[in-house]
Amino acid sequence: MIEEKLRKKRKAQVAQADCVACGSCVKVCPKGAVKVYRGLYAQVDEALCIGCGRCAAECPAAIIEMSEVAL
Amino acid sequence: MKKHWYDYLWIFSATYLILGFFNIIFAWLGMLCFLLPLLIAIFGGDKMYCNLFCGRGQLFSLLGKKLKLSRNKKPPVFLHKKWFRYGFLAFFMVMFGQMLWVTYLVGMGERPLSQHVKLLWSIKLPWHWAYYGGVTPWVAQFSFGFYSVMLTSTVLGIITMALFRPRSWCVYCPMGTMTQLICQAKKPKIKK
Repeated sequence: MIEEKLRKKRKAQVAQADCVACGSCVKVCPKGAVKVYRGLYAQVDEALCIGCGRCAAECPAAIIEMSEVAL
Repeated sequence: MKKHWYDYLWIFSATYLILGFFNIIFAWLGMLCFLLPLLIAIFGGDKMYCNLFCGRGQLFSLLGKKLKLSRNKKPPVFLHKKWFRYGFLAFFMVMFGQMLWVTYLVGMGERPLSQHVKLLWSIKLPWHWAYYGGVTPWVAQFSFGFYSVMLTSTVLGIITMALFRPRSWCVYCPMGTMTQLICQAKKPKIKK
């Protein structure tokens, strides 16, 4: 049980095909875990993401989802 | 989070809109908002302008978040769909081209200077009180036309800021779509 909890973490997931690369998410991330890759789409560094969900709430296109990710 | 100098560029955007009420020739300053993002995308290959510098995006954030003028609801899905973004960009370019055509006609003396600001491509607002003469007619005509573009897009942005999330404008902003297209074209090809 405990092991299962440790292995699954809440992380931000960007639907990159729909991303407009505006960078709103980058500005609100408290950990600097989000970057806009070459003006194409936002990328989340899962090692830095703490799953706070600020980017998902900020994204004007609402294409960032918080989901449980197996590490 | 640490504030940078560029986090205050919303002051530029707000000042720009206000200046247009006093002297329409200031509309030319708005060219910066067109040229800088394009140059950064063409030479830098990224959307640094949208990501860091865009004063309009900051202004919408300020109105929506600090002043709590936004409902903060998810926008409809079509807003970020390619057909809508490219369609809006195409429409915007056609209207921009038409504005340039009118500027050309005034420059050729085939049309008198129209001292109006056209809101939402249809509502003609009298704006003669912000024009004092003294410049070549086409320079003035471009000012009225360009300010119309800027005011119209600001009004649309404010409406979607209020209805949806603060920076909803960024999703369908023609400049943002254009710079993203440039970045896509510049994307290094991955060798297989």
